Amino acid sequence: MELFWYIVLMTMLVIYVILDGYDFGAGIIHLFFGKKEKDKKAITNAIGPFWDANEVWLIASGGVLFFAFPTLYASAFSGFYLPLMMILWLLIFRAIGLELRGQIHNRMWEAIWDKAFGISSLLLALFFGVALGNVVRGVNLGNVVDGVSTHEAHYFFLPLWNPSFSPHAEELGVIDWFTLLLGVISVVALAIHGANWIVFKTNSDINDKLKSVVFNLNIVLVVLVVISLAIWHIIDSEPMLNFINQPWLCIFPIIMVVGLFGLFKVKTFKKHGLGFLCSSLFLFGGLASTVASIFPKVLPSTNTINPDLTLYNVAAHEYGLSVGIYWFAIAAVLVAIYMFIQYKVFSGKMDDVGYGEH
Amino acid sequence: MEDMLFYDRMQFAFTITFHYLFPQLTMGLSLLIVYFKWRFLKTKIEKYNDAAKFWMKIFALNFAMGVVTGIPMEFQFGTNWAKFSELTGGIIGQTLAMEGMFSFFLESSFLGLFLFGEKLLGHKLHFLTAFLVFLGSWASGYLIIATHSWMQYPVGYEILENGKFVLTNFGALFSNPWLLPSYLHNQAGSMVTSSFVVAGIGAFYLLNNKHNEFGRLFVKTGVVFGLISNVLVAFPTGDLIAKNVAKHQPVTFAAMEGIFETEDGGSEIVLIGQPNMLEKKLYNKIAVPNVLSFLTYQDWNAEIKGLDQFDPDVYPTNIPGLYYAYHIMVGLGTIFIGLMLLAAVQLFRKKLYETKWILLALMFMLPFPYIANTTGWYTAELGRQPWLVYNLLRTADGASPTVSAGNTLFTLLGFIGLYLLLGLLFLMLAGKIINKGPQLTQH
Ligand code: HDD
Ligand code: HEM
Ligand code: HEM
Repeated sequence: MELFWYIVLMTMLVIYVILDGYDFGAGIIHLFFGKKEKDKKAITNAIGPFWDANEVWLIASGGVLFFAFPTLYASAFSGFYLPLMMILWLLIFRAIGLELRGQIHNRMWEAIWDKAFGISSLLLALFFGVALGNVVRGVNLGNVVDGVSTHEAHYFFLPLWNPSFSPHAEELGVIDWFTLLLGVISVVALAIHGANWIVFKTNSDINDKLKSVVFNLNIVLVVLVVISLAIWHIIDSEPMLNFINQPWLCIFPIIMVVGLFGLFKVKTFKKHGLGFLCSSLFLFGGLASTVASIFPKVLPSTNTINPDLTLYNVAAHEYGLSVGIYWFAIAAVLVAIYMFIQYKVFSGKMDDVGYGEH
Repeated sequence: MEDMLFYDRMQFAFTITFHYLFPQLTMGLSLLIVYFKWRFLKTKIEKYNDAAKFWMKIFALNFAMGVVTGIPMEFQFGTNWAKFSELTGGIIGQTLAMEGMFSFFLESSFLGLFLFGEKLLGHKLHFLTAFLVFLGSWASGYLIIATHSWMQYPVGYEILENGKFVLTNFGALFSNPWLLPSYLHNQAGSMVTSSFVVAGIGAFYLLNNKHNEFGRLFVKTGVVFGLISNVLVAFPTGDLIAKNVAKHQPVTFAAMEGIFETEDGGSEIVLIGQPNMLEKKLYNKIAVPNVLSFLTYQDWNAEIKGLDQFDPDVYPTNIPGLYYAYHIMVGLGTIFIGLMLLAAVQLFRKKLYETKWILLALMFMLPFPYIANTTGWYTAELGRQPWLVYNLLRTADGASPTVSAGNTLFTLLGFIGLYLLLGLLFLMLAGKIINKGPQLTQH
């Protein structure tokens, strides 16, 4: 039962990253390449009718986490208090940037909200990567000081960074060089993803330019991924263990690599959706591999006194989890129908939707 | 520890109060938009469609504010009330997760179609999207209130040795006797807000001699819906929740009504008075004998327990706040009924659009339903104190153990600053839309 909900939750999170990821990516592209008004329009049109619904995947994942794994929800949300609050504020800025820009036609007004949208997208992409890094690295569960837990075994609190920026420091922080590396990977990967989406959904003038941007960024991405794999064992002493015991899990890294190398062909793709497919595969494969490598842990402990949080010791009680399946199944079918309708109505290129002028 | 709890509570109270300013209009207005679209489908008079389009603009802005302020609410259970989430997540997580899966997806998917799809979809399908957005927002209210009702009156649970609440009966969450009265009352309250907003803006147009045709339509619609919903707020829904409180939270009821001492032979109803906590009495009291006993138990002489009958340890922590919140809500409710009745009479006599003072009153009343809704929630929340889950889990035991006061103060200040900005932007943009007014489609 716990395993079922774990798979549900992870699937929802991956869907969230793939969907809202293109919104973040579009924001990053908007920040660096949206020079002319027409190009900016094209970029925001590409995500116009979707981003709000995409964000619901985050809220719904949060709900499912709360319901199925309350102890993890409580522990992680209070422990990562500060970065989460910043994520919230950034989400607010991004949303109002998108919503309010078109309301008043004034150069300065538009410039301010353009920047708000672009910068908050960039920082969000960075923060989500950092968050993933924290989960892989683990935290000081129970806030152990000098061999004694100062809190219950599943609670902790992390400051934003520690002075040494090292993932091995006695006192950890949210940001260190390892989590930052994952943050940068996330920014690059989502920028690629967003560019692919824009190419897919619009006929904008910068599409050709974006294709070479994708190509170049992909080189950077390959380098970063290789570096991160090379140093992964510093963080997790047995990163390969799960893959050796369960060889079928290797499908995830394979998917990731296929996506990654597929992206090098971006300039020759006839169908515009293929680039987007590749970056989605990369995100899916990468996230799934990461999660699989620490399975069944959901938040490792960096001290030897308190045990790791695993999906089994943070789950809610049996009865609640089993009745949940009934309503969840109904809801999942409905959500699939809504998404089908939404993407059907807004299928094809988005150039003439005139987003933001209602 | 004390400070920490204080800032956690302040932050929750501030962010939820701000959040609820928006959904109350979302829920009420979505129904009125459905009404305008339906009238248009029936009569094919363009005016109704234009009215729907105009309110859609306000709706979109308001909805965006509701969404961005709602996300912090969902996070805050974990960030600031970690202990509470850990202990009760198996139960309230159930209804909150359902809210995400059933209503937020519905609303957000169809809102996009509703806002951008009129040309693509045609009128019938466009009406359907409006209806689905309405359904989503009302479902959202239902599931949130189901969650809240469980905190007021816990059902279908069992407490394990480690203090965790586990669900034993899923159906009980929805057959909770607290839920239906509360939900209907709350929805009627949001209809009141939207009626006053629609009528108030209509009155503004008429008084300024602008967009007169729409002004008349808005005033009329607002007054008709306003009268109905105001009556529903008081009776039967307000009456039913009050009875629930009297039955299940008698000490809250005593504090809310300002009854310090049990009276033999029936309790009076207090209309006005100022609680004095030192002397345990009301100053300057104006009260009508025996009416409260009658309203609560349909018996003029029924005994209602005063605060003197309870252990001060279970007193609501802020009795004057609770008392004032309740009396402001009920007082405003009474004034609203009076005003809407007068307006309805003038409407019936076909004189409303010329009766300037009623139009002025409608316009200036616009902020007050927001106050009534907010004080209503304060009644519910202050009345529940010192409990987080009534009689079972104290508020002090629900906060996050590792988040220190300084961090919460920092984020509280951050929210205050950010929301101040959001509020200003909202008012500015709503003002711009209202000032521009609805556009009549020419044939
Ligand atoms: C326009 C808004 C509005 C108006 C005019 C009223 N209410 Fe109300 N009231 C609400 C909006 C509201 C609310 C915001 O919707 C609350 C908060 C919690 C809830 O479910 O509804 C509420 C709560 C609430 C409670 C507290 C429930 C609890 O402790 O959980 C009671 C006893 C009443 N109401 C009774 C009344 C009565 C007798 C009214 C007579 C006119 C009245 N309300 C007018
Ligand atoms: C929009 C309506 C609401 C308003 C205006 C409101 C208002 C408040 C206020 C003023 C407090 C602080 C009370 C105090 O500490 O003295 C509070 C606390 C709280 N409320 Fe509500 N509330 C609303 C809806 C809800 C709902 C729907 C839930 C549950 C799903 C909820 C859960 C809580 C929790 C967990 C606390 C913190 C603990 C506490 O201080 O009691 N509230 N709310
Ligand atoms: C602590 C309690 C609450 C939480 C956790 C919460 C959470 C949220 C969230 C996450 C959203 C954004 C949804 C989206 O993206 O579409 C939202 C919007 C909404 N909420 Fe709340 N909310 C709370 C209190 C309330 C209350 C008391 C009501 C009404 C009774 C309410 C009704 C709504 C409605 C109708 C919307 C959608 C429309 C809008 O955004 O204006 N919420 N809420």
